[in-house]
Amino acid sequence: MSMNVLLSITPWPALSAVILIVVLVAVLYLARHTAHQAIRTASGAISRGLKIAAHSVSHAQARLGERNREVLLAAGREAKERIVEREFMRVGETVRKDLANYPHLHRALSEAISRIEKDHQDAVEVPPDPPGWVKAVETVSKIDAKNGANEVLSDIHKSVVKAHKEAMEAYRDASTERHELLRAMMPRWRDVQEILTTVDQKVEGLLARLLGIDRHMQEYEAIVKGEDKAVSVLSSSSLVHFFVSAMVLLVAIGGAAINFSLIARPMAEMVGGTSVVGVFKTADIAALVIIMVEISMGLFLMESLRITRLFPVISALPDKMRRRMIWITFSILLLLASIEAGLAYMREVLLQDELSTTALLRGGEGAVENEFLWITTAAQMGMGFILPFALVFVAIPLETFVHSLRTVLGLAGIAFLRASSLVLRVFSSGFRHLGTLMERLYDLPLFVPLWLETRFSQRSAQEARALQPTGEDLREVTS
Amino acid sequence: MKRIVVLGCVMLAACSQSAPVARNTGVYMLLDTSGTYREELRKAQDVILYTLSRLEPADSFAVARIDTGSFSEKDIVAKATFDERPSTANAQKRAFASKVKDFVARSNSSQYTDITGGLLQAVEFLNEKATGRKTILIFSDMEQDLEKGYVRDIAVPFKGFQVVALNVVKLRKDNYDPREYMARLDQWKAQVEEAGGEWRVVNDLDRLDGVL
Repeated sequence: MSMNVLLSITPWPALSAVILIVVLVAVLYLARHTAHQAIRTASGAISRGLKIAAHSVSHAQARLGERNREVLLAAGREAKERIVEREFMRVGETVRKDLANYPHLHRALSEAISRIEKDHQDAVEVPPDPPGWVKAVETVSKIDAKNGANEVLSDIHKSVVKAHKEAMEAYRDASTERHELLRAMMPRWRDVQEILTTVDQKVEGLLARLLGIDRHMQEYEAIVKGEDKAVSVLSSSSLVHFFVSAMVLLVAIGGAAINFSLIARPMAEMVGGTSVVGVFKTADIAALVIIMVEISMGLFLMESLRITRLFPVISALPDKMRRRMIWITFSILLLLASIEAGLAYMREVLLQDELSTTALLRGGEGAVENEFLWITTAAQMGMGFILPFALVFVAIPLETFVHSLRTVLGLAGIAFLRASSLVLRVFSSGFRHLGTLMERLYDLPLFVPLWLETRFSQRSAQEARALQPTGEDLREVTS
Repeated sequence: MKRIVVLGCVMLAACSQSAPVARNTGVYMLLDTSGTYREELRKAQDVILYTLSRLEPADSFAVARIDTGSFSEKDIVAKATFDERPSTANAQKRAFASKVKDFVARSNSSQYTDITGGLLQAVEFLNEKATGRKTILIFSDMEQDLEKGYVRDIAVPFKGFQVVALNVVKLRKDNYDPREYMARLDQWKAQVEEAGGEWRVVNDLDRLDGVL
């Protein structure tokens, strides 16, 4: 029904419009309560739905946070266990090495002390013989001088002097010998001092290491207890590990790309230059496969050496099998590195061949001989040989990346869920307010009947108040 | 699990059944050795060397002369399908260039010009090689001059072929009446395009980049 038809219900369009507006307002006023209910129900339903969704997302976020916390704690626990285990191994190694040497040290110390004791005993000063002449001189002095005592005394004096002289010489000799012995004791004292200093240093080192273990054990305990501080520390270090390992992996990818360019061209000589698999050249795929095999061998080698722990099966292998695996993977790597060196040489040969052919086809005489060509050839061969071994170490950042990736993804997921929850809450609130706004907008064209209704209700209220009996009336009735 | 295995088998079977798509290029070059055009062979040699430098392993290339009766393998000066290995392909290219050089030095002028016979031979050669892209290069003034008795009003099957006329020099009579030159080229164009082929004329030999 077009507007013209509606406006032609009376001969005067203006009148028709007025009638229509009045009818419309009347209809809207009559349907007001139902319309308000419908708007309120619709906006409330959407708002509640969004609120439930926000709640659900918050719940998921909490669960993810819990899981992430568990993952972090498990990773931290494992890392700490490895550190403590390694520290204990080092302590064990130190104790084994030093205590194995201890009997020898003890014997050396005992021998040095025994020698010192012996030398000390030898160096003890022997007291001089008690003078035997005193009694003889007293006896002689009591003899009368006439009986020739003077002569005897004179002889005794001479003998005493002589004996004194001999005794003094013997004493000097003995003193010299004692001094020699004491001098000989000096290096032994030094030996003892050195031995004791060495023991002291080793014990100090051991104590320092034990302090480190103690610190690690405290951190380990905090992780086991699941303390928030430990989680926070682990989370931040996990992020650092993630970015650092990602950077190192990017460097490794650069190395792999160089490696690829070294062997892709000569690979065409082996698998053909035109065959393709999908949209990729078979030669390129073959080169890529070789690099991937090298990286895999590197991973296995690192696993066998127990430097990384990406494959628990390899770490759990018996030592004999593990050693075999080390040798096998190393041999394969060596073989592949040699092949790569050969391919790098082949690449240079092919390049020269192509250059000379191109020059010939362009009407030249062929490629100019370059006397320094051997340098680039040797460099390429060297790179071809070294890069596979360098790629072995990719395993370390890869392990760190994989482990930290779980945490980082978890953190990213939590952030996303938190943002989603916030957006859902905002929308929920927005729809609720939108419902109110729509009710107001609905009422806007009904301002005339609504005003009349208000006036009406006010008058009704006044009349009702006027009809109600006052306090005085009641008192009159009761009296 | 069983579904995955079945799906894998089906995919493998589908892959194995699909015919391999040839991605190589086949080029057949016809050299006009009639009359004064023989003097243009030096330029033709440059074009051949350029073509050789652009071709990849597994591509095919043949150079044949246009003479009195060109529908013959004897007119093929040099031909090669380059090996998959780049080093061998390079050696083949050098040998090819050497053969062409000898031909340019020793070739004789032919009395008649059988272009259609040469084109038929080219189509036959390239169809036999079953290359992905097929290009026929005609280094000629495009003036056909048949000896009596040679029948050449044949519809050559050019479908899937790109025919490129190179260095179409103007003859003296073309200078008197250029319409003859244009009519000649239009006639060849119509013949190629009606048979489903693609026709091009390249007179500036520095603009060969888009040809191959």
